[in-house]
Amino acid sequence: MNSIILQIASRYVRWLLLIFAVIALLRGHNYPGGGFIGGLLAGLSIVFEGFAYSPRYALDKLKFSPAGFIATGLILIMASFLPGVLTGGKLMTGTWVSLPFLFDWEVKLGTPLLFDTGIFFAVTGVTLLFFFSLKQDKQWK
Amino acid sequence: MEIILAILVGVQYTAGVYMLLRRSILKFIIGIIFMSNATNLLVFLSAGITSGSPAFLGESAERTDELADPLPQALVLTAVVIGLGILVFILALKFKFFSVTGTDDLDQLKSTEE
Amino acid sequence: MQRVLLIYLLFAPALLWLPERIKKQRALLFALVQLGVFAYFITRIPLLSEVPLIREVTQWIPGIGLDLEFTLDGLSMIFSLLISGIGALVFLYARAYMKNYRNTGRFYFFLFLFSGAMLGLVLSGNLIQLFIFWELTTFLSFMLINFFHEKEASRNAAFQSLFITGFGGLSLLTGIILLGKVVDSYSVSEWILRASEIRESPAYLPGLILILIGVMTKSAQFPFHFWLPGAMEAPAPVSSYLHSATMVKAGFFLLARLNPVLGGTTEWTFIIPLVGVVTMLTGSYFAITRTDLKSILAYTTINALGILILLMGIDTKLSVKAALLFLFVHAFYKASLFMIAGMIEKKTGTREIGLLGGLVRYMPFTFLITVLVAFSMAGLPPMLGFLGKELIYEAKVQLPGIGALILVLGVVSNVLMVAVSLLFIYRIFLGKGDSMPRIPDEKGFLLLLGPGILALLSLFLGLFPGLLGSTLVQSALAVVHAEGVEVKLKLWHGFNEVFMLSVMTVVLGVGLFLLMLRKKVIQERWNNLNQRIFYIQLTRVFTAALDQFVRFSERKTRVLQHGYHRYYILTIILFAALLIWLQIFVTRGWVIETGFSLQPFYISGLVLLIILSTIFSAVSNSRLTSIIALGVSGYGISLIYLYYSAIDLAITQILVETLIVVMFVLVLQRLPRFARLSSRLTKIRDLAVALIFGSVMTLLALKAIRLEFSAPISDFFLTNSYSGAFGRNVVNVILVDFRALDTLGEVVVLTVSAFGVSMLLRKNNSEK
Repeated sequence: MNSIILQIASRYVRWLLLIFAVIALLRGHNYPGGGFIGGLLAGLSIVFEGFAYSPRYALDKLKFSPAGFIATGLILIMASFLPGVLTGGKLMTGTWVSLPFLFDWEVKLGTPLLFDTGIFFAVTGVTLLFFFSLKQDKQWK
Repeated sequence: MEIILAILVGVQYTAGVYMLLRRSILKFIIGIIFMSNATNLLVFLSAGITSGSPAFLGESAERTDELADPLPQALVLTAVVIGLGILVFILALKFKFFSVTGTDDLDQLKSTEE
Repeated sequence: MQRVLLIYLLFAPALLWLPERIKKQRALLFALVQLGVFAYFITRIPLLSEVPLIREVTQWIPGIGLDLEFTLDGLSMIFSLLISGIGALVFLYARAYMKNYRNTGRFYFFLFLFSGAMLGLVLSGNLIQLFIFWELTTFLSFMLINFFHEKEASRNAAFQSLFITGFGGLSLLTGIILLGKVVDSYSVSEWILRASEIRESPAYLPGLILILIGVMTKSAQFPFHFWLPGAMEAPAPVSSYLHSATMVKAGFFLLARLNPVLGGTTEWTFIIPLVGVVTMLTGSYFAITRTDLKSILAYTTINALGILILLMGIDTKLSVKAALLFLFVHAFYKASLFMIAGMIEKKTGTREIGLLGGLVRYMPFTFLITVLVAFSMAGLPPMLGFLGKELIYEAKVQLPGIGALILVLGVVSNVLMVAVSLLFIYRIFLGKGDSMPRIPDEKGFLLLLGPGILALLSLFLGLFPGLLGSTLVQSALAVVHAEGVEVKLKLWHGFNEVFMLSVMTVVLGVGLFLLMLRKKVIQERWNNLNQRIFYIQLTRVFTAALDQFVRFSERKTRVLQHGYHRYYILTIILFAALLIWLQIFVTRGWVIETGFSLQPFYISGLVLLIILSTIFSAVSNSRLTSIIALGVSGYGISLIYLYYSAIDLAITQILVETLIVVMFVLVLQRLPRFARLSSRLTKIRDLAVALIFGSVMTLLALKAIRLEFSAPISDFFLTNSYSGAFGRNVVNVILVDFRALDTLGEVVVLTVSAFGVSMLLRKNNSEK
């Protein structure tokens, strides 16, 4: 399926989807979105590219194996448990820091966000692994 | 409206069971999707349904009573994603099964010997 | 006491990892430990004359009132001394006996653990705890019988004994629980305090019978006796330790332990003696016609166990006293006889009595020892066995009514035992023996040490029985029969009817011996007769019954486990649906509280669309159409979520649905088309089942809406979402904060699934 239209479209759609995914992730705590949605979107963006060119191409361009994504995600999730313990609470206690940001804004960073980012990466990795596993085939060169 | 949605649940379950009882593995997998959709809907329904007031807290961060119940939503969300994982796994199994045995018939799965 | 048991628990594994050099002396180390324990218990004897029992309690599972309770009283003292004392001798013996076998480390390990388990059993003051030790001995007995596991006979015998004693153990546990429920405690002391309550409860008889089955299997009572001769496949130290001196007495121990609680009733004095008498006769009768050394000893053991149980069942002061004394008598002579049998087998290479003979020329000391202990077995003076037999006769003579029959049967059994003992001595050591596989010698001091000490003990205690009576037997008797009794044991009782009975027994026994010796034909005919009368061999019945059971299970499995995937699902779904229908029918006074309306119309239309596409997907014959219709229904459902305030959920559902369709399309190209596999009739049947299930789920959904068991937990989430977790999107906060563990689990599931898929399809890759 070497469609030129799809390939050109994918160049832009891919980035659009990725940006959208990151926004969904970051907004997730207060507005619709979150790690799952972000992860699925990010996964879909690469799946889209795989359809447009070939899975091999998409995989090469990724420079990062799907299993690596999953591992990163799980490590982030584990990391998000630690601050709660270190500050004397139970495992998985949410811990927050607020950073004064430009002007009047205040950015609240907390372990749930880290956790959500972990989910983001893990779900992206899972989606990609699904896709590339099912897709490896001769006729789709 | 609940009655109509309940009927929808029933129809999805009926279709799911019907497909589960087919001999073709692909139909069987489709049956599983129907079953999981129906179950998700059932859980979602069982908390009562509210339209137009999602579980978001406003600027005041005060809760109001009309908000939809967030718990079943979270539960179903989890279930949907896990459903995807299970489904793809079954698909892969089915694919492997077909490429080894060359059959789509569940009855051929009867014996474990070659 | 608990420390003593800990020693066993720690030493056994520790000695497995000994340095190579010391390893050879392992048996000696074990024997030393046993000796230490023996000494420890000896030092406690004076203490026991002051206090009736020493108790140590540790909390175990306080929630259900279960404590680790160890008590040392007169009864457990007797057993502890026997276990540790004979244990030490057995280890010494085993050092010489097991020298040339492989895997002796394992052997010592199990044997040592067994000592600990047996000690734990007799020291237990809590019946659940006792049961655990009881099962432990069963298991270790299995492992020890199975020592020569290359031999099929060993494996079968081990399995048989495990099966039977394991079955008895379960029965025992049931009995304990049944009676424990009456007084709501498993502590023996509590049971004794409230004995009358137990005896009067309706659970008494079933409880007694269940416990009795446990006792009968463990102590090899008829009709469960046949595992004991089979267990002779074990190495000689095991036979002499487990299957004569200690483990098989566990049943008797339990009876003695529970006598204050369960004893004294008509049921007790009727059932137990009956079992005992039958076992006693079975044992002595079969002992005389056997030709295998260890088999003879096994049947005489059965005889002795029968006597013990019988005496405990008669339940008079005298009979219990006789039983306790006989316990020593039997432990001494039987343990040493087994050791001698093992030694003879080792030296000559055979256990067949027909091949042996004239051993006195080669093994004079062995001969001497054997004569001593065999006299004890026959009940001849001046051995301890004589005393035991006298006491037994005395106990029986004083029985009223039916007791006369027991007395007569007892005499018959003892006559047989005298003959067996004499035949045992004569056939092995005297007469001609030119068909032995090997000419024996008497090397190996340790082989003779154990039997020698035990024989001398038999002789010594027979001459000075007061040593045993005033201390051990008396305090044990006080445990079993609460009233204080003074126990005086004397070898010479004077000319009374008991003595006359003894003389008669000996005369008849010698007569029988001479008869069988003169005319070899008699034995053969006897044997033939036996085989004709007792053609039912219980071992064979057991095996056949087991085979039948396995075959039955196979047949049943073939019917139920047909292997058709669809029919399993059909059964499960139909059954579940009908059950729910039944429940709905039972609680039918229930009204649907929701009004029916089609408002808003666009949702009604959406639902209609979903229903149509679902049906279309189910009946379509094209794979692609089917999957697209499936996608449509999935997207439709996500719109429903969206309308009913579940935005996150709706987005997720849309994305997942997209992915599902993508994945399907990926796989689809390489899969065959739908084949028409089912007939029309099957389809109608399946549709009916599906409709039954679907309709019940509709009703369930309606009912679920109005059901509220307790205050919804969501209130907490809504209240605390912003104040506690700084998030306005409550669903997301639940996912990543409140219930993060669930989410973690979910991610793990996804990961496993993803790697599973990857592994499944990887092989394809390499084939390329």
